[in-house]
Amino acid sequence: MVKRRATRVGEWIIERLIQLSGMLGIILVVLIFLFLLQNSLPIFKERTLGELVFGQRWSPTHGDGQFGMLPLLLGSLYVTVGALVIAVPLALAASVFVAEIAPRRMREFLKPAIELLAAIPSVVFGFLGLLVVGPWIDAHVEIIKVGQFAALGSVMLAFMALPTIVSICEDAFHNVPREIFNSSLALGATRWQTITRALMPAARSGIIAAILLGLGRAIGETMTVLMVTGNAQVIPKGLLGFLKPIRTMTATIAAEMGEAAYGSTHFHTLFTIGLFLFIITFAINTIADVIVRRGEKDIA
Amino acid sequence: MSAEGRHLIDPRVTEKFAFGLLWLVMFIIAIPVVGIIGYMLYRGAGALNWELIVAAQGGLYPAIIGTTYLVLLTTAVAAPIGVGAAIYLSEYARPGPLLRLIRLAIINLAGVPSVVYGLFGLAAFVILFGWNRCLAAGACTLALLVLPLVISASEEALRQIPKGLREGSLALGASKWQTIRRVVLPNAMPGIITGLILSIARAAGETAPILFTAAFYSLSDPFPNSVFDPVVAMPYQLFVMSTEMPDVADANKWATAFVLVALVLGLNVIASIVRTKLRRRRW
Repeated sequence: MVKRRATRVGEWIIERLIQLSGMLGIILVVLIFLFLLQNSLPIFKERTLGELVFGQRWSPTHGDGQFGMLPLLLGSLYVTVGALVIAVPLALAASVFVAEIAPRRMREFLKPAIELLAAIPSVVFGFLGLLVVGPWIDAHVEIIKVGQFAALGSVMLAFMALPTIVSICEDAFHNVPREIFNSSLALGATRWQTITRALMPAARSGIIAAILLGLGRAIGETMTVLMVTGNAQVIPKGLLGFLKPIRTMTATIAAEMGEAAYGSTHFHTLFTIGLFLFIITFAINTIADVIVRRGEKDIA
Repeated sequence: MSAEGRHLIDPRVTEKFAFGLLWLVMFIIAIPVVGIIGYMLYRGAGALNWELIVAAQGGLYPAIIGTTYLVLLTTAVAAPIGVGAAIYLSEYARPGPLLRLIRLAIINLAGVPSVVYGLFGLAAFVILFGWNRCLAAGACTLALLVLPLVISASEEALRQIPKGLREGSLALGASKWQTIRRVVLPNAMPGIITGLILSIARAAGETAPILFTAAFYSLSDPFPNSVFDPVVAMPYQLFVMSTEMPDVADANKWATAFVLVALVLGLNVIASIVRTKLRRRRW
C-alpha cells in the first residue's frame, strides 16, 4: 500500500510537470515580450516614438548618438518586398508543379530536395553571397558596381523563403477535396483551367497564409542580409535603391549589439528594434493562423 | 456554341504553354540552387584536409567541439520540455480556448526571428541570471528556438499511436501515466527522435541566437572548461572568418562552410530516412 501511494504522488507530480510544459508556449511568448519591453522602455524617457521611427539618421557613435530608425525600417521593407516579388511567383509555380504536374518519380525527389534547401543555415547563404555571388556581380555587372546591395539580399531571401511557401501551398493544394478537381475535369476543363480556376481558388486561404509565413521569415532573417546587403544605414530611394547598399533592422541588431554598452541608449534602442520585429512577426503569424483556420472551416 | 468557341486560343494550347512555362520556372529555380551548392561542395571538398580539421589553432577542431557541446546541451534542455509539452497536447489537453491559445503561442514562437531569441537570451540568461556569454546561455537560447520544432514533431508521433493500444493498457489496470510511459512513449520514440535530429540540425546552423549569448572566436584558448565558458561554434566561425578576417585563407572558409553544410544536410537525410522507415509501419 505504501508503495502504491508513493507511485500516486510521483504520478501527480509528473502530471503537473507535463501540464506546466504544456503551458510553456504561452509563458515563453509572454516572457519574450516582457523582456524586450523592459529593456526597451528606458529609451522613451529620452526620445519620443516619433523621433525613433521617423528619425532619418542612424549613427549611434556620433556625439550623443543619433537613433533614427527610418533607414533601417526602409531597408527591411526594401529587402523583404523585393524577396516576396521574386519568391511568390516562383513558389506558386513550383508548388503547382510539384503538386499537379511533376511525374511521380520526380515529385518524390523534389519534395525532399526542397526540404533540404530549407535546412541550409542562413550564414552559409551569406557566405556564398559574400564570397561568390557578390564579387561576381561587382566584376561583371556594370550598372551595379558594388558586391553588396539590397536586391542581392532579396534574391537570397527569396530562395530561403521558397521552401516555406512551397511546402505550405502544396499542403493547401493537397487539402482541396479531389472531387473538386475531378468534377472540373469531367466538365471538360483542361488540367490547367482546373488548376487556375478550381484548385487555386479553393486553396486560396492556404496560399495567402503561405505567403504571410514567407514574409515573416524574410523580415526576421538576419545573417544573410547582414552579410550581403552592404551594411550602410542610408535611406533607400526609388527603384535604384535596390541596387545600393542598405541595412535592415535585424542586421543592425546583429552588427551592433556586441559593442553596445549594457544600459546605454544604444543598447535600449537595439532592444526597441527587437520589440518592433517581435510585434510585426507576431501580427503576421497570428493573421496567417486565423486565415488558415477560416479556410479549414470553409472546406469542411 | 462549342466550348472552344468562347476562347480566342484553344485551352489545350494555353495548357501546353502554361505547363511549359512551369517546367521553365523549375529550371530557373533549380539551376542557381544546384549550381551554387555544387560549387560549394566542390570548393569545400577541395579545401578540406585532415590537417585543417585537427588543427587546434585556426582549424575546424575547436568549432566542431564547440558546436557539439552546444547542440548536446540544447537538446538536453529542449527534449524533456518539448516532449512534455507534446504529451500534454496529445494526451491531456481538451479542445477549447486554452488549447487554441497554446497552439497560437507555439506557432508564434516558431515565427520569432532568431536574432530576437538572441536578444531574449542576452536579457534573460546573460544579464539577468548573470551567466555572461557562455555555453549554458547559448544552449538555453537555442533550446527555446528549437522548442516549437520538438513539440510539433513529438506531438505528431504521439498522435499516430492508435487509441486501442492505450485502451488495452488502461483496461489491464495501468494508470494513465503508466500507459503513457510504458506503451505510448516507446512506440512514439522513433518519431520523437526524428524531431530531435531535425532540431539538432537547426541548432547547429543558427548564428544569430548565439551571437551575443555564447559564441566567441579565439585562437589561444578556444575550448570551454565548463558550461559557463564561451564557445567557438561552426556557424559563428564561418561568419567571423568571412566578414572580419580577410587574412584567413579562403580554403579555411570553404572548409568550414563545407563541414557545416555537410553536418546539417547529413542530419536531415538521417531524419528523413528514419521517417520513411516509419511510414512503412502499419498498426
